[in-house]
Amino acid sequence: MAVSARPIAPAASLSTRSAPVVRIQVTVNGSPISAEVEPRTLLVHFLREVVGLTGTHIGCDTSHCGACTVHLDGKPVKSCTVLAVQANGRQVRTVEGLEVDGKLSAVQEAFVEAHGLQCGFCTPGMMMTATALLARNPNPTEPEVRDAIRGNLCRCTGYVNIVKAIQLAGKKMQANPTGPGGSP
Amino acid sequence: MSAEAPHVKGGLGQSILRKEDARFIRGKGNYVDDIKLPGMLYLDITRSPYAHAKITAIRTEKALKVPGVLAVITGKDLAAANLAWMPTLMSDKQMVLPTDTVMYQAQEVAAVVADSRYAAADGAAAVEVDYEPLPVVTNPFKALEPGAPVIRTDRKEQSNHIWHWETGDKAGTEEAFRSAEVVVGQDLYIPRIHVSSMETCGCIAHMDSVSGRFTIYMTTQAPHAIRTVYALVTGLPEQNIRVVSPDIGGGFGGKVPVYPGYVLASVASIKTGHPVKWVEDRSENLQADSFARDYHIHAEVAARKDGTVTALKVKTLADHGYTDAAANPSKFPAGLFHIITGSYPFAKAFVEVDAAYTNKPPGGIAYRCSFRVTEAVYTIERMMDILAHRLKVDPAELRLKNFIPPDAFPYKSALGWTYDSGNYAGALKKAMEIIDYAGLRREQAEKRRRGELMGIGISSFTEIVGAGPSHTFDILGLKMFDSAEVRIHPTGKVIARFGTKSQGQGHETTYAQILAEELGIPADDIRVEEGDTDTAPYGLGTYASRSTPTAGAAASMAARKIREKAKKIAAHLLEVSPDDIEWKDYAFRVKGVPTKSKTMQDVAFAAYTNHPQGTEAGLEAVDYYDPPNMTYPFGSYICVVDIDKETGQVKVRRFVAVDDCGTIINPMIVDGQIHGGLTMGFAPALLEEIQYDENGNIHGGSFMEYLVPTAVETPHWETAKTVTPSPHHPIGAKGVGESATVGAPPAIANAVVDALQPYGVEHIDIPIHPWKVWQIIHAGAPKTG
Ligand code: FES
Ligand code: FES
Repeated sequence: MAVSARPIAPAASLSTRSAPVVRIQVTVNGSPISAEVEPRTLLVHFLREVVGLTGTHIGCDTSHCGACTVHLDGKPVKSCTVLAVQANGRQVRTVEGLEVDGKLSAVQEAFVEAHGLQCGFCTPGMMMTATALLARNPNPTEPEVRDAIRGNLCRCTGYVNIVKAIQLAGKKMQANPTGPGGSP
Repeated sequence: MSAEAPHVKGGLGQSILRKEDARFIRGKGNYVDDIKLPGMLYLDITRSPYAHAKITAIRTEKALKVPGVLAVITGKDLAAANLAWMPTLMSDKQMVLPTDTVMYQAQEVAAVVADSRYAAADGAAAVEVDYEPLPVVTNPFKALEPGAPVIRTDRKEQSNHIWHWETGDKAGTEEAFRSAEVVVGQDLYIPRIHVSSMETCGCIAHMDSVSGRFTIYMTTQAPHAIRTVYALVTGLPEQNIRVVSPDIGGGFGGKVPVYPGYVLASVASIKTGHPVKWVEDRSENLQADSFARDYHIHAEVAARKDGTVTALKVKTLADHGYTDAAANPSKFPAGLFHIITGSYPFAKAFVEVDAAYTNKPPGGIAYRCSFRVTEAVYTIERMMDILAHRLKVDPAELRLKNFIPPDAFPYKSALGWTYDSGNYAGALKKAMEIIDYAGLRREQAEKRRRGELMGIGISSFTEIVGAGPSHTFDILGLKMFDSAEVRIHPTGKVIARFGTKSQGQGHETTYAQILAEELGIPADDIRVEEGDTDTAPYGLGTYASRSTPTAGAAASMAARKIREKAKKIAAHLLEVSPDDIEWKDYAFRVKGVPTKSKTMQDVAFAAYTNHPQGTEAGLEAVDYYDPPNMTYPFGSYICVVDIDKETGQVKVRRFVAVDDCGTIINPMIVDGQIHGGLTMGFAPALLEEIQYDENGNIHGGSFMEYLVPTAVETPHWETAKTVTPSPHHPIGAKGVGESATVGAPPAIANAVVDALQPYGVEHIDIPIHPWKVWQIIHAGAPKTG
């Protein structure tokens, strides 16, 4: 088979060597990360491939699924719809930042206890949205929870147990307001 | 240590929390796209904008100039290696890349390999292709008309007709229809839909040119079958092929087939000597990966005036796209569609299916059901409602009158299936009680008087899952058994490996529970592994709700083999004859002296430190389980809808699901499976559909238009159970992953049609979106009576 091949340069994970790059500094889960990226680099690719945090997932190409949800300065954003350069100088929190000092956040605990996940693919984004919801409304009703997660698709669970998990997490956070995951 | 307690920790029937969750909630799952190998390259695909066209030229120069792009692969390159076409599971063939003609929109045309993800995408966009459009056929009826453009000119038949399949007693059925007191008939179309697992498909292929070892990390539901197919198609020696299915972000049947992208990444790795990653976008996933359904059905039911059903006749046209790449057992081109007699004792039945090619992507995979069972259940459950409507009897009453009675099992259906066990009336009565059926009918009558639209829909489904007995079921000749290999370590801890592969079902937990029950070892001490063909015993994988019926059974059987051997060791330790030992309350006990006992852990330690002379050391077993029959889960669902007359919007107010999946391993997980299945039944009933215009342009090719339900539309599901164990499964379990996807659509459709009875409506094709409902409401004044 005649495949045209050229010598292979050391693999750059994202940017092509000759493209212009920008240096950015982003604080990810409390640690400052400095890197050069192409201006077009999506935040989700920066997190997954440059920082190496693969808990943030990609489930679509139209900003619908929410699998990529992270917190940017405390607010949930779809990291597939944010450029890495837009995160320059800002704080990003990912699913890997929910557990603090080996202690799971209330949302993480509740997702396990209420069986709020099956394949686990939507789970990181879902938990980030849930964490942001509970930070502003610790005691949401079922319709409030459903409305808050409308930008996060789950194909496995049918949402019933996700709703339960989020309400359970709210209760846990109220019982222990200083626990991890309590604040964004 | 004695084991007096009647339960083992984590045994059957306990809602223990899932073992797999620990990694998923920390973002530490290991899905294909999370894997990064040293020197890894990326592959992206150039796709056709046309549904049917001649390729007159492919120019790769610009693509090769994109910084970072290393290679472009075209159909001509593949043809030189005899790889331009690959076999499908149904004895048809499918293009990896076209050499001269594209046959659906978004078909793969060229592959670009680059040293970064973005460079590969740039390269794919820079490949220049010249097309000469050809006439397009997207309607299967038109495809079969004389003079229709032939899509597959490579076939000697020179026709778009693929096959005809029929089963049942044709003459007897015709006779029953001639003498019938009542006949109802209906056309039903079940449109194309897509599984849309949240993780798309992808792989990393790696050919180590020094060792000749080929490893592929792949989003597959059936790693062993893939290994063998790769060996047969490529000629690579099978011991050098390793297929690893890591964490899978949902499968639902969409990760059974081999897609061109997997093959292209493999070819690219073989050629470059580097690992090559291919991960598709969501739009590629929706536009090019296997679809489900697309059945045009005509069904007729014959009955007596009192409502007793007598015969069923079904004629179907199946739209397969440009190739028959359905994922069915080899003997069944229309899957298990002939479970269509459902929960009712039809004396006569006849089913025929014809399949046609169209300019659409191939498929015919499951969408969370066992081989066309959803199509069958939807048809029969809609027909029962149409019959009830025609006879002016209550649909619950009609079902209760007709159900196969509990004492008729094992029951042989008119189309040849032997149902293992069932209590259909039990499930329906329970659902009616929970939802207060009589009360709802009173409320509905009241609302109708006020002109409000409320509907109640029932579905009493029977599934057929757990493929399958090897005399009947194979895929490409590979018999559909499954396997478990169980090893007990000296300290009484267990590792167990299986031929199946979880995609979210929770096998790491539920298999451990089966073993806990059989071995008397806590589930926490049992580690379950799947998905690596180097270590797992051979199996056909996870789809069609077959894991619990096959590999789950193998777990029991392997554990029982271990118990046989362990008994001898226990006898040795207790200094009695093995005949004097019984396994009772999770320990080996001296008959008549139950306090003299040894646990499995005691025996395990002895198996490595103090085994009796004349027996082999160690404590392990493997079982390849060939089920004696399929399992037949069933249930009854009742749905209540309210319809907004102004907008046509259907709101599911309540939905009660009573399921019977036999013995329940983990009630929490079973409920989770039902919730998910119900949502994937709700979706095609009201929202999801992939359509094509006459030029073959896809509508529904991204999440902009393909409406996967969010938490806002999805109803709050209510679940309940009855338990009728399977008599032939070692623990009586039947499988549960798909029941709800199968059972839900007709319950919802029946409820909407019931709500619209004042307008004289007897049927509406799914998905029932507001526009369809609004047109009915606004077409004329309600008919009375
Ligand atoms: S990946 Fe789907 S919304 Fe970001
Ligand atoms: S758990 Fe699988 S998509 Fe949500």
